[in-house]
Amino acid sequence: MRQYEVNFIVDPVLSGDEIKEAAQTYVNLIQDSGNKIVHLDEMGLRQLAYPIKKRTTGMYYCVEFQNEDTTFIPKMELALRRDERIMRFLTVKLDRHGVEYNDKKRKGLIGKKGGKQEKLKEEIKEVKKEAVAPIAKSVKSEEE
Amino acid sequence: MASREDIKFLNNPNIGKQRKKYCRFRKFGIKYIDYKDPDFLLQFINPQGKVLPRRITGNSLKYQKKIAVAIKRARHLAILPFVADNLK
Repeated sequence: MRQYEVNFIVDPVLSGDEIKEAAQTYVNLIQDSGNKIVHLDEMGLRQLAYPIKKRTTGMYYCVEFQNEDTTFIPKMELALRRDERIMRFLTVKLDRHGVEYNDKKRKGLIGKKGGKQEKLKEEIKEVKKEAVAPIAKSVKSEEE
Repeated sequence: MASREDIKFLNNPNIGKQRKKYCRFRKFGIKYIDYKDPDFLLQFINPQGKVLPRRITGNSLKYQKKIAVAIKRARHLAILPFVADNLK
């Protein structure tokens, strides 16, 4: 059992439904060939570091799956290569550390982003408390 | 008797000493380098987008190779640029 990760960038000029459809065809292709999908990550519209086919942005997708049939990967890559909607793709075989890392990342244990978001959430909570507190106080004073 | 601590140096003896470099992956137990994380990889490239040598970053050979592979993957996916003028 090998675990792979395939990243692809879909042309952002297509309409929203077409982009989703393009991504879905490959998810279906992976699933129908008897592979187990571990995770589908939609990274959304991202700025490219350099223009590809005169586009400066792209829709990023990352599919993580478990595969037993070794002939499947070349088949999938050929399909991706022939598809005009796909700007770039990259298939990576994950080692055990990679699997572990992705697992932890999904749970939010790794990454500065998770930390920042948690801090933001705490700040929001504090702000709400502060906003609620004076009202509660005024209500109390009125009662008195 | 004047102890060692009482002696005052005219010049700070710690200035000019180089701090020992270390491999951060060995030290903190990082085993997987994420090629989708540009902020992390930015620590290992110079403002032109080139990979920094081991003598500057202090990485061990094993992890320097992994860093190089991760940067190349990121470049292919347009997460990092191949060439840049002012990255940092």
